[in-house]
Amino acid sequence: MNNPTRYLAGFILEEQDELTLDDLCRACAAQSDLIVDLVHEGLLAPVGPAPELWRFTGVHLHRATVAVRLQRDLGVNPAGAALALELMDELDSLRAQLSRLQGS
Amino acid sequence: MEFKDYYKVMGVERSATPDEIKKAHRKLARKYHPDVSKEKNAEARFKEIAEAYEVLRDPEKRAAYDQLGADYQAGQDFRPPPGWNPGRASGGATGGHFGGAEGFDHSDFFDAIFRGMGGEPPGRGGFGGMRGGHGFDMHGQDQHAKIQIDIGDSYSGATRKLQLRMPVEDETGVTMQDRTIEFVIPKGIRAGQHIRLAGQGAPGIGKGSAGDLYLDVEFLPHALYRAEGHDVYMTLPVAPWEAALGAEVEAPTPTGEVELKIPPGSASGRKLRLKGRGLPGKTPGDFYFVLQVVLPAADTDAAKKAYENMAATFKAFRPRAGLQNTGGKA
Repeated sequence: MNNPTRYLAGFILEEQDELTLDDLCRACAAQSDLIVDLVHEGLLAPVGPAPELWRFTGVHLHRATVAVRLQRDLGVNPAGAALALELMDELDSLRAQLSRLQGS
Repeated sequence: MEFKDYYKVMGVERSATPDEIKKAHRKLARKYHPDVSKEKNAEARFKEIAEAYEVLRDPEKRAAYDQLGADYQAGQDFRPPPGWNPGRASGGATGGHFGGAEGFDHSDFFDAIFRGMGGEPPGRGGFGGMRGGHGFDMHGQDQHAKIQIDIGDSYSGATRKLQLRMPVEDETGVTMQDRTIEFVIPKGIRAGQHIRLAGQGAPGIGKGSAGDLYLDVEFLPHALYRAEGHDVYMTLPVAPWEAALGAEVEAPTPTGEVELKIPPGSASGRKLRLKGRGLPGKTPGDFYFVLQVVLPAADTDAAKKAYENMAATFKAFRPRAGLQNTGGKA
């Protein structure tokens, strides 16, 4: 009785998948209204002319997930979440620059 | 199990008003939110705070908790008193809850105290009590988990095991169980990307299909390499004469040792690129050496002499020529 381990092969969302509005809502446990708000805030920029034709990627999933958690846990509204995410992006790139300069 | 002092966790007095508790929670939640915080153990702290708030914000749960008295210290061994009954089961929930996309676990202490009271955290939809419904189908929830991998795993691909506590369905219904998942780390994955494992999330209800499991990928810090997107950087120390005169040096990369030409006249911070030697992929990233000039110590007479010779040779060198005293004006 020697069962070889069966490893699950997933795929990298960012590179191979496109998510519809429904997929994205399900993946980050959000109401579609919130996602539509985030698109209107300019935080998510899906391809496609109308909500039913929108196509999102994994980058959007990451941003939407963080926005949903900030709203749920800290009571941040979509505009505030967009601001927080943009500031966090800036902070990340500054930290990366700093670690490059320090040569750590 | 350990007693948990929820008042201490929230940093409030036992006599705190609901408003004080809410304010303390908001402040701590901002400080330790795993998406925002760089504090150590932010995630564990955040869960602890969420659990404390869940108890202290709910008058029924707070009263039940207060019945235990102030005699317990945090961390002290705790057994629920004989005949402990925290109150009626609220809302007709029959246990078996599971959280939203994040999967929210309570401590054993919480479970022992509030068993039967309906332990749904605020703002997260649970399915407690829905199980018995007939003709009710629902897609299982997607689950998220963070995984930390080495940068080398992305270069070569790898397999990993992950232990997850998540809802599992068997004859007795849906319960939280530990599950081991074995999965492939695809070659070329970058920090911040997600691996999607279809059908590995929470079980569906009725005829609903199971949700998916999303693995959020982070890189463990590496002693030599750091990734930025699909490019990889490494600081390469060089001697002053190597930087000034040029040199051929050997240097490690994740794909093996390379011979590298340092161009003459290089300064600290100069980047040397190995095209296509960053993280693999359809468009592979680049690998960069960032030069850092390091100085030998002047700890022998000969070494001191060498520095003195340099000083004599470079008499005209003005390292601070660009600095002007402007009296603090920009």
